[in-house]
Amino acid sequence: MTDTDRPDRTDRPGRTDRTDVQADVVVVGAGPAGLALAARLARSGAGRVEVLERDQEPGGLPRHLHHGGFGRPPLPWLRGPEYARRSVGAALAAGASVRTGVTATGWAGPLCLETTGPAGLARITARAVVLATGARERPRSARLVPGTRPQGVMTSGELFQAVHAHGLPVGRRAVVVGAEPVARRAAATLRQAGAEVVAMITERPRGVAAVPGIPLLTATTVGELRGRGRPTGVLIHHRDGRTGLLACDTVVFTGDFIPDHELARRGGIPLDPGTRGPGVDASFRTAVPGVFAVGNALHGIERAATAAAEGAAAAAGVLAHLAGAPWPQPGPPLQVRAPLVWVTPNRLTGIARRPLLLRSAEAVTAPVVTVTQDGRPLWRRRLPLPASPSRSLRLPPRWTARVDPEGGPVVIALT
Amino acid sequence: MTLTRRGPLPDGDPYDVTVVGAGVVGSAIARELSRLPLRIALVDAADDVGDGTSKANTAILHTGFDAVPGSLEARLVRDGRRLLAAYAADSGIPVEPVGALLVAWNDEQLAALPGLADKAVRNGYHQARILPAGEVRAREPELGPGVLGALHVPGESLICPWTTTLAYATQAVRAGVDLHLNCPVRAVTPGEPHTLATGRGPLRTRHLVNAAGLYADEIDRLLGHADFTVTPRRGQLIVFDELARGLVRHILLPVPDARGKGVLVTPTVYGNVMLGPTAEDLDDKTATGSTAEGLALLREKGRRILPALLDEEVTAVYAGLRAATGQEDYAIRARPAQRYVTVGGIRSTGLTASMAIAAHVVELLAEGGLPVTGAREPEPVRMPNLGEAFPRPYRDAAMIAADPEYGRIVCHCERVTRGEIRDALAATVPPASPDGLRRRTRARGGRCQGFHCGAAVRALFEEARR
Repeated sequence: MTDTDRPDRTDRPGRTDRTDVQADVVVVGAGPAGLALAARLARSGAGRVEVLERDQEPGGLPRHLHHGGFGRPPLPWLRGPEYARRSVGAALAAGASVRTGVTATGWAGPLCLETTGPAGLARITARAVVLATGARERPRSARLVPGTRPQGVMTSGELFQAVHAHGLPVGRRAVVVGAEPVARRAAATLRQAGAEVVAMITERPRGVAAVPGIPLLTATTVGELRGRGRPTGVLIHHRDGRTGLLACDTVVFTGDFIPDHELARRGGIPLDPGTRGPGVDASFRTAVPGVFAVGNALHGIERAATAAAEGAAAAAGVLAHLAGAPWPQPGPPLQVRAPLVWVTPNRLTGIARRPLLLRSAEAVTAPVVTVTQDGRPLWRRRLPLPASPSRSLRLPPRWTARVDPEGGPVVIALT
Repeated sequence: MTLTRRGPLPDGDPYDVTVVGAGVVGSAIARELSRLPLRIALVDAADDVGDGTSKANTAILHTGFDAVPGSLEARLVRDGRRLLAAYAADSGIPVEPVGALLVAWNDEQLAALPGLADKAVRNGYHQARILPAGEVRAREPELGPGVLGALHVPGESLICPWTTTLAYATQAVRAGVDLHLNCPVRAVTPGEPHTLATGRGPLRTRHLVNAAGLYADEIDRLLGHADFTVTPRRGQLIVFDELARGLVRHILLPVPDARGKGVLVTPTVYGNVMLGPTAEDLDDKTATGSTAEGLALLREKGRRILPALLDEEVTAVYAGLRAATGQEDYAIRARPAQRYVTVGGIRSTGLTASMAIAAHVVELLAEGGLPVTGAREPEPVRMPNLGEAFPRPYRDAAMIAADPEYGRIVCHCERVTRGEIRDALAATVPPASPDGLRRRTRARGGRCQGFHCGAAVRALFEEARR
């Protein structure tokens, strides 16, 4: 530790005293995206690159995911914690500084963050700020699931940490809400912790892979939680009108990820209405000069390798900004039509070099994507993979060269 | 200091006074009694103080402007407000004087405003003013369309109901009150002393105070009284994330009209925004679940009042049960011959009135022969601040320099530090559950509801319990 070292005991700070720190780039969040970007920047001579991590350990969500298949290409033997260690190691080896236990609590100016850590309060001013704050699952309350409020109702994020990091008991009979990959990981973790998974429940009518030995209830929603102290059961509704009561003492809500956008909002950085993350162009520039955003903060959960690739790709834009390149005009917004729910990037200020990520709310086999601007067709293609609510489509970016920078919104639709 | 949560109740001489019910009112009474050189017990069926109606309160420090003039409630709210405002300032209970607007959305409501202003004056409150629509909108730019005017009541304030109850109980226990939790009262054998059959064995007491909230009628019947029946009135509430706080500046109260009381939108001292409550008369005194219908109703009404609110994340949905008696006033009754006082029918104003109720109850106990001489001032208590408008440890360089644990944020949404969690777990009245810890620190009370910190907070709680 250097500048933010604890002040001398004989020189006790006043309540609001803050240490001033200067950096070239501040990256908020030491997950896959933030670390990959920091490594690339430090290696490219960006100067002083500070990564702030509010948790005690760096590495982001992979720390808590003990299944294999991390990396690009996916390596069956590479588990989350090891992937996280490698990401941290790479950033440190490149010369970035990673400060753990330090929270960016707000903004003191356009490129100036206020932080809290055990060493005290600081104010970090940088030439570029990158938001790599990640995503979280929406909990039961945000999903407006009625009923009582017993203990033992949690998100999968809490479950993974309870079992892997803290060895806490998780109950005997669990219901898992959701059927995306993370739900299957949650079911496996529950079983590993000794719980029986009574059922997995999904609103989706089909196109969902079951876990052997666990009943999968499709087209089903949770109508009510029951029990005080511990859950006693969940009331479920099937789309055809049937209802039932599943006895359980644990309920895990999975999926339904939303960007952790708090710091962006507190900084007045406009969000995209579809992703609920900061709106960015193809170079990961937000609407606020000098502020970038990368990774799951942009769109909810993607694979760690995807987030890391975004982080690494953002380095070019950050370096250009540090070299004095002007911040571009906003450019035409990218918009989606149902059943699509979001696309990233959210604006086009030039030609995109990477695939665009696109998410559908519904499963569509052999989807045809069309892109238009002001009624003018820009691109149309049948995609090789089906659209799924739990996986993003990747759009090749070449058509972005045909976008009129002075034109209206670019509209992406699925047929 | 004695706080018990399990095992047989301690033997010994009978208590001079036992207060049944450790909600905000019972705790305030125990605190008031603790000033006297007497043996006092405070008992509750739950495992924590303030675990019933008190924890699901709308968290407003009322002026009493709309009480029934001349009622006991009007007097106790007016006096209690003054007492609690001073106590809160001394004890570190967060209070924010944001003021209230009673917004009129139709002609009937608009026509009702002068009557409400007049009622305020009859209640001794002279600062209420009727504002034209333009000024209402200037004060609250995010209000939905159709505002016709409002009554402005600048004295209405936000308060932390959890810290208030906890401060009373803490002070009482430190002054020698025995607090017995998990201690339901099942039967009473009146006598000299009375013998209470509790879930943890017999408890003898010369004087008895019934502050049992929803169960006050049942305790009354154990002593042979059937003045009133408590009908649980469920109030469902939706709490929105801190990022919604900028949408609203005042407590937005409904103007009562022929279609019922309506719902309120209010900031909280924690920096959230609350929408509710519903008002559903039920039979079941344990029906604290929310319902799809209730939430849909709140969202519909909330959208009318503050449309942008509905786009914000919901951090909590909960339901509280209020103790409705069908009467217009508090049902506070003394039976001097029985050395017994009932504190019934305490509505949502009870938080505001709590200290005045306590003083009133001690006077009534004196009529039943309780010696009330030798009172001394209790040791002041300083509670950890949960309010967003006051310095919190994560922003306090001096606190962090003295103890770096106040710089280790565990709950990121609510910015709760390890130091605060440690303090709560080691406090005079520690929590008995992670929910109790949340009410003392705000830990895992935010938008992620434990996605990030839930396991870590639970681990700290379990570790302290070992």
